[in-house]
Amino acid sequence: MKPVKTIGCNEALTHLLEYLDQELKGAKNQEVKHHIDLCRSCFSRAEFEQRLKDRLREAGHGTAGQEFEKRIKTLLKRF
Amino acid sequence: MNETMDPEWFERQAVGLLDDLLGAAMRLAKNRHDAEDLVAEAVTKAWGSRASLKEAERFRPWIFRILTNCFLTDCRKRAVRPAAEVSVDAVADDQEGGFSLFEELHQPFLLWWGTPEQEFLNKLLREDLERAVDSLPESFRAVVVLADLEGLAYAEIAKSLGVPVGTVRSRLARARAQLQKALWIHAQDAGLTKPVDTYQEATHEASEDDRV
Repeated sequence: MKPVKTIGCNEALTHLLEYLDQELKGAKNQEVKHHIDLCRSCFSRAEFEQRLKDRLREAGHGTAGQEFEKRIKTLLKRF
Repeated sequence: MNETMDPEWFERQAVGLLDDLLGAAMRLAKNRHDAEDLVAEAVTKAWGSRASLKEAERFRPWIFRILTNCFLTDCRKRAVRPAAEVSVDAVADDQEGGFSLFEELHQPFLLWWGTPEQEFLNKLLREDLERAVDSLPESFRAVVVLADLEGLAYAEIAKSLGVPVGTVRSRLARARAQLQKALWIHAQDAGLTKPVDTYQEATHEASEDDRV
């Protein structure tokens, strides 16, 4: 297996959000992961960004409620 | 018959996603009334074009794409200021580029005290996040809603917005920087960034006593 290329903080941070979004593929993904595993500051940064993402994810979950559900079901029945 | 054409299957899928659809619609439309109408419109459109859904397991990204399209189409119809929204990708990067909450909050030399950035996230309420998302311009809001609130892949977002994946990537980076800046400004107003410690309280009380 090819050894993972060592990258600096700047490069890791450039790709950090894509990495957390699971949008990095192949070697680049490995490089960022490798850097975060070794660098304390980038590890903290990654942890922070991930937690912020998680909090936003919670905010994406609404509460439709029974009344609205009924409205949608009625709508669908009419089709 | 393809299962996507089965009315019962369709209803189960749509009703199962109602909380998420409404959550996304609330942030897009910014109020409950319009959000409900937006979801109703999206479900209606989705039903009408269900033949275009080739794989049953793609239902979620597919209906979110329709929801976003309904929102953006409605926006364009109502648009009194289309130029401001269209030019969002043309704005110079230095306006909101690179802003990072972490960099504002992180204090490496305070590690033994705990981490201010984690404390900040603990204090942040859901409504703080909602307000920050609501403060973004429409096309930034759409990309944040799809990526962060609903967890869609860049390729799906690109399809939803009708832009290349590269545009999604850069728009998302700038939208997030702007979102973090909004959170930061709000946090400063709300005093979230200053952890109240006993020293500050003590000196504050002392100065009040002095005034008496």
